[in-house]
Amino acid sequence: MTNTETSATLTAASTSKTLRGEPKGRTGLARILLGRDAVMIGLLLVTIVLFALFIPRFASPLTVGFLLLDVIPVLLIAMPMTLIIITGEIDLSVASIAGLTSASLGVMWAAGFDMNTAILLSILIGVAAGAFNGVLIAFVGLPSLAVTIGTLALFRGLALVVIGDNAVANFPPEYNAFVTSKLGATGIPTVMIGVLAVVAVFGVLLHFTPFGRGLYAMGYSKEAARFVGIDVVKSKFWLYVASGGVSALAGIYWTLRYSSARSDNATGLELTVVAAVLLGGVSIFGGRGSIPGVFASVLLIGTINYALRLGRVSEVVLVIVTGALLIVSVVTPSIGAALRRLGHERRIRRELPRSDGPGPTGA
Amino acid sequence: MNLSLKQRGRRRLALAGSIVSIAALALAGCASGGTGGGDAAEGGEDLTITFIPKQLNNPYTDVVLGGGEEGASAAGFASSQVVGPLDASASSQVSFINAETQAGTNVIVIAANDPDAVCPALEEARSGGAKIVAFDSDTNPDCRDVFVSQVVAKDVALIQLELISEQIGGEGEIAILSATANATNQNEWIAFMEEELASNPDYADIELVTKVYGDDDDTKSFQEAQGLMQAYPDLKGIISPTTVGIAATARYLSTSEYKGQVALTGLGLPNEMRPFVKDGTVTEFALWDPAQLGYVSAFAGQALADGTITGAEGDTFEAGDLGEREVGADGIVIVGPPTVFNADNIDDYDF
Repeated sequence: MTNTETSATLTAASTSKTLRGEPKGRTGLARILLGRDAVMIGLLLVTIVLFALFIPRFASPLTVGFLLLDVIPVLLIAMPMTLIIITGEIDLSVASIAGLTSASLGVMWAAGFDMNTAILLSILIGVAAGAFNGVLIAFVGLPSLAVTIGTLALFRGLALVVIGDNAVANFPPEYNAFVTSKLGATGIPTVMIGVLAVVAVFGVLLHFTPFGRGLYAMGYSKEAARFVGIDVVKSKFWLYVASGGVSALAGIYWTLRYSSARSDNATGLELTVVAAVLLGGVSIFGGRGSIPGVFASVLLIGTINYALRLGRVSEVVLVIVTGALLIVSVVTPSIGAALRRLGHERRIRRELPRSDGPGPTGA
Repeated sequence: MNLSLKQRGRRRLALAGSIVSIAALALAGCASGGTGGGDAAEGGEDLTITFIPKQLNNPYTDVVLGGGEEGASAAGFASSQVVGPLDASASSQVSFINAETQAGTNVIVIAANDPDAVCPALEEARSGGAKIVAFDSDTNPDCRDVFVSQVVAKDVALIQLELISEQIGGEGEIAILSATANATNQNEWIAFMEEELASNPDYADIELVTKVYGDDDDTKSFQEAQGLMQAYPDLKGIISPTTVGIAATARYLSTSEYKGQVALTGLGLPNEMRPFVKDGTVTEFALWDPAQLGYVSAFAGQALADGTITGAEGDTFEAGDLGEREVGADGIVIVGPPTVFNADNIDDYDF
């Protein structure tokens, strides 16, 4: 009796000691300032300041306008993509959905549809394409990578069927002008208001609703998420529908900004989006990431691209810089995690020397 | 305990800080390294010219740009730049135009991937005072000052038809292996070819069975050529009106059983096509001298910038060694007639 009691108190004592020895999660200001998001935002600000100092003509409202017009499609699609990757899935068909939307918009306008009707129908086409992905992935249960690689080709093919090798360019000038219009002298494009609204919706959805918290849980373990009452199937389905809808918006923006509806619009954009999302701190394995981080990351890539282009650095260098940034962003947290694990194990060994010592021999 | 925790926190803060500053330094290094050529625009009367090709790292484009750089220095530009996307997609050129607008470049010479997609950006550049020369592939005529065209589009189409007709003996099935499905000039030539095939009695026995697209990608063109052979066993000839397509097709034919059986012609670079002409895969093909295209474009830009021409019909300007050129209808400047290359003359050319 006494024997077990003492051993129990001993274990309790050593456990509490271990816990006290372990570093606790950061709290308060340190947590905000050292978080991944803060580092991304800080990096973005430092980059902007440096470019403003070193690249001639970078610091001007023109830059703000051109740069934001360039990143809007990526920014839009990155929002649903963040949520999807947090659940541990992926959507590679987004750029093809944008292309299909662009082609359909062009064909409908050329066929004499009213512009607003054509835009509305195009969004519905995007939503339908997203729902198609959603049904296959959520209800049928196929792997998202396989499904969306398939629909990447399928939707691009449909775009070619819809518009062929033609291009539709004669959109109403007031629509084109609206898309490229700026808010007064700030250089900020008017459409940014709408884009920020989309960002806000996805931000609130992910960070401040039970649905959003459920996505993180799904990213860690779909089984566990199901057991705590999260409707995994429905959540996934609606994410792909949202992704289709937002991709359609990007496709419409693309069409009007470049005043050209073609089947090859936005080709390859999916990889840019995925790269930006991962750089923004979203784990490709799911369960981790945030909207502010992704927002900063999209702007960071856009800024670097624009500034280097303004400095006439070759496109080849641009691709290398973006690639290197991505690798660094993926590798750095892994190195951090490995170091922390090492420290943790060393502490356990230091603070519990007897627990594994007398164990086997004492029995 | 608490103290050590705080220390650890501080160390981490320092670590994060140093990572940020290292990254920032690295970026600043890239940035300051890249500004070298861009400062000339502020130097008063010094004119700057920037070439924006359809895509970089394309052998044909490299020859055009080589001529362009030579023309730019001969015409007296203070600095000439080449910027452009790595893929020939419709909208990828726009951000380059924007950057040039902001850099205050005086003359932008562009080969448009899409005639309309580049328009709003070019308009913005023009309102900032830049002169726009389209070359190789035209933009919408409203958004540029002149278009320097290699040759008359119809001549290019007709000469390819003549060559293939000669090579297949005036009858049989032919196919076209083009660049992308949206390529402006390829589609124009193909339209002329189709028209001519339908209307000219000399070509009554020639049937165009299909058009395929290799996207100006070597591998894809190679596979499309292979696919054509399988899909059309009676195929007599292939026209490939793109330098990437004809080289890939020739490579496929030269290693297959169809070598010498299926005729191949189109637009090719002599340096790339030389081995295939020598080994008998290809008898004759055509092209203009691409370097002259860039050369004339640079002089056209110079003439526009100093006010010698406005791009109106009948304007004339001196294009260096090539002599006088005249601006035709719709602001089009023609460089010269296409050249036909065969085993007899191919060694006289090096591009």
